[in-house]
Amino acid sequence: MQLLFESLFNGVAIGSVLLMAALGLAIVFGLMGVINLAHGELIMLGAYTTYVVQLIFKLPALQPLYNAYVLVAIPLAFIVSGVVGILLERTVIRRLYGNPLETLLATWGVSLILQQFVRSVPLAQAAGVILALVMGFGLPLLLPDQLLTGPRARLVRAGSWAVSALGGVLLAGGLASQISQIARATSRNVDVTAPKWMRGGIEWMDITFPVPRLVIIVMTIIAVVGVIWFLNRSVWGMRIRSVTQNRSMSDCLGIPTDTVDVLTFGIGSGLAGVAGVAVSLLGSVGPNVGTSYIVGCFMVVVLGGVGNLLGTVIASFAIGLCTDLIGAGRLLTIWPDMPAPLEQVVSFFATTSMAQVMVFTLIVVLLQFRPAGLFPQKGRMVEA
Amino acid sequence: MNFSFSKRLAAGLAATAVGVSITACGGGGEKKSATKCDENGENCTVTVGILHSLSGTMAISESTLVDTEKMAIDEINAAGGVEVDGKKYKIDSITEDGASDWPTFAEKSKKLIDQDGVPVVFGGWTSASRKAMLPVYESKDAFLYYPIQYEAQECSNNIFYTGATPNQQSEPATKFMYEKSPAAGKPFFLVGSDYVFPRTSNTITKSQVEQLGGEVVGEDYLPLGNTEVAPIIVKIKKALPDGGVIINTLNGDQNVAFFKQIQDAGITPANGYYVMSYSIAEEEISTIGSEFLEGHYGAWNYMMSIDTPASKKFAADFKAKYGSDRQVADPQESAYNMVYLWKAAVEKANSFDDNKVREALVGITFDAPQGPVEVMPNHHLSQTVRIGQITADGQFEILEETDGPVSPQAWNQIHPDSKGFACDWTDANKGGKYKL
Repeated sequence: MQLLFESLFNGVAIGSVLLMAALGLAIVFGLMGVINLAHGELIMLGAYTTYVVQLIFKLPALQPLYNAYVLVAIPLAFIVSGVVGILLERTVIRRLYGNPLETLLATWGVSLILQQFVRSVPLAQAAGVILALVMGFGLPLLLPDQLLTGPRARLVRAGSWAVSALGGVLLAGGLASQISQIARATSRNVDVTAPKWMRGGIEWMDITFPVPRLVIIVMTIIAVVGVIWFLNRSVWGMRIRSVTQNRSMSDCLGIPTDTVDVLTFGIGSGLAGVAGVAVSLLGSVGPNVGTSYIVGCFMVVVLGGVGNLLGTVIASFAIGLCTDLIGAGRLLTIWPDMPAPLEQVVSFFATTSMAQVMVFTLIVVLLQFRPAGLFPQKGRMVEA
Repeated sequence: MNFSFSKRLAAGLAATAVGVSITACGGGGEKKSATKCDENGENCTVTVGILHSLSGTMAISESTLVDTEKMAIDEINAAGGVEVDGKKYKIDSITEDGASDWPTFAEKSKKLIDQDGVPVVFGGWTSASRKAMLPVYESKDAFLYYPIQYEAQECSNNIFYTGATPNQQSEPATKFMYEKSPAAGKPFFLVGSDYVFPRTSNTITKSQVEQLGGEVVGEDYLPLGNTEVAPIIVKIKKALPDGGVIINTLNGDQNVAFFKQIQDAGITPANGYYVMSYSIAEEEISTIGSEFLEGHYGAWNYMMSIDTPASKKFAADFKAKYGSDRQVADPQESAYNMVYLWKAAVEKANSFDDNKVREALVGITFDAPQGPVEVMPNHHLSQTVRIGQITADGQFEILEETDGPVSPQAWNQIHPDSKGFACDWTDANKGGKYKL
C-alpha cells in the first residue's frame, strides 16, 4: 500500500513537470497545428524571469516580502513569455501558416537566437527590452479609441512607443545599477533558490514528499483547470475552439480569426513561461534549459492525441508513472520472485537512461497501433 | 509577391553565407614560424596555441582555463620570458574557440599546428574533445597539454596530462569515505552522468570498494541533459535506508538538480548520507549554492583553502587580474602548472623543438600552488591528493592530504581491463602500454 502510494506520487510528480511544460504546446501545436520548436526557449525565458524576480526581491526594500516572490514570478513569467510568443506569432509564424516544414525551421532558428540572446545580452537590458515591448503593445489598448483613430493617430502611437522605450531604458539602468549579478552578460547557469517554506519535505506515512514537487503539482492542477475552464466556458475560449474546428466558417460568422490566433499563441506561450517557474525550482537555469524539455513536450502531445487536452494530461501521467516504475526498479519490488531471465531484463532497464529508452520504445510501439495517439480528436479534423 | 521576394532574399543570404565560409576555410597559407625576432635579432617572441571552448555549453568552464593560462604567460613574460640559446623569448598566444563541439577541436588543432606552426597547444576539457584531438597530434607528431582530471586508461606520446588520474583522486577519496568519513563502513551508491568518465570511474570504485570489504548497493546514470532525478532518489532511499556514501560523478548543471532535490527528499548529512563528488570545485559550489552542499565532500589536488604562501599568492594574483569575485579551482591550477612546466622543459632542452622538449619534460619539477609536482615517464604528473569537506562559506575544509605527491597511473591498477599494465615513454621498449 505504501509502495503503491509512493510510486503513484512519484509518477504524478514526474508527470506534472512534463504536463506543465507541455500544456502550452498542447494549445499551440494541438489547437493551431503550429510546430513551435522555440517552445523550450519560452520555458527558459520564464525560468530567467523567476531568477530576475528573485534578485529584485532580495533588494533591501523588498526583503520582507521575499517569501512571496514566486507568487509574483508566476504572472510575470506568463506575461514575459506570452509577449515574446505574440511577437513571434506576428513576425514569423503568421506568415507561415499552412507550411509546417517552414514553420519548423523558422522556429528552430528563433530558438537558437533566443538561446544566444540570453548568453550575450545582460539580463537587466533584456528585462528593459521586454518591458518596452509590453508597454508598446499595451499602452494603445488603454488609450481611448478617438485618440488612436483621430487625426493625430500616428503621433499618439509614436508617443506611446517613445514612452515605452524610455520605460525600458529606465528599468534596464535601474536593474543594472542595483543588482550586480544581472548587469553583465553571462553564459553561466544561474540558480533560483526557493524560499524557505518551499524547501525540504513533508513526512507522511513514512514517505517524504518534497515540497517543491507538491508546489509544482498544485501549479499544474490550477493551470490545467484554468485552461479547461477558459476553453469551455469563456467567450474567447469558445471562439478559439470554433476557429480550430472550422476556420472559414468561423470567419464568415464574424469571429476575428486573426485576433484568435494571437490570443491562442499568447496563452500557449504564457503557459510555457509558467512552466519555466516550475522548472527553475528543480534545477538550475541556463540558456539550454529549454532544449532538455522540448522533446518530452512533443512526445506528450503526440501520445495524448493532437488537439485533445485531456489526452495530454493522461499521457503525461502515463509517461511519469512508466518512468518511475521502470527507472526506479519498482517492478522487482512488486514481484520479488520473478523468473530469472525476466528479472535480468527488468534490472537491465532499471537505470534512468535505460528507462528513458524503454519509455520511448513503448511510445513508438503504441503509436504503431494508434497513430493518432491515445485519444484522437474525433469528428472534423483540425484544419492545416 | 512579398512572399517570393523574402524567399529570394533568404536564398541570396544563404548563398552569401556559403561563399563566406568557403573563403574562410580556403584561406590557408604556408606554415609560419612560431618564433620571430626583429631585424637586430632582439625582442624575440614565440607563439603558442590555446584551444578551449569560448562558446557553447562548455564555455563557462573552459574560459576560466584560458584566463589562467594567459595569467601564467603574462607572469612568465613579466619575468623576462623563455630563455633559449641565450636569447629571451616573450610568449605570444593564439587563442582558438573549440565551440563545445568535438570535431571543431580537431579542426582547430590542425589549423594551429599547420598554419600557425605553434610548438605547443594548451587545450581541451572534456574527454570527448581530447579523444577527437588525439589522432591529429599523433599523426602530425605535435604536442598537446591537457589540464583536466580524467578517467585515464590512455597514454599518448603526444599528449601531456597535468590533471589527476583516478589513483590521484577517486581512489584515495573512496578509501577515505570507507574508512574515515562519518559513514565509514556503510554501503556505497554510485551516481553519474551517462558517458565515459563516470562509467570508468565507477568501475574502478566498485572493484576498490569490494577490495576494501565494503559493498556497492546500486548505481545509476543520468542521460546528459536530463535533470529528472526522482527515480534515482527512490533508488537511493531503497538501497541505503540507514544512510551511507554516495559517490557522485554527475556533470555540470545536473549537479544542481541533484543536490537541490536530494536535500528536499531528506538525503542529507544530518540523516547520515554523505556525497563525495569528483566534479565539484569552488566554482561549482558557488553556482549550486553552499546551503545545498554543506557537509558533503570533494577530492582534488588543489583547493583554494590550501594554507600556503604559494596557494594564497595564486588566488590573490588571479583575483587581482580578473576581479575579486572570481575563484580559482583545481582545473585552473592544473592549467597554470602546464604553462610553467612547458617553459621549464623548453629551457632544459634549450630548443622549442617538440621532440627535444618532450624528452626534456620527464623529470621536470615545479613548485605549484598545490605543492611540488613532478613530470613522470608516463607523461602524467605526480601530485598531492586532498580530501575536503564543503563549508557554509563555499570552500573546502581540508581533512586529509597525502604525505607527498602521489605517482600517477595512466593504466589503472584496479580496473580489470588495465590491471598489470603501465606506460613509460622514456624507454623505447616500453612505450604506451606494456605489461609490468
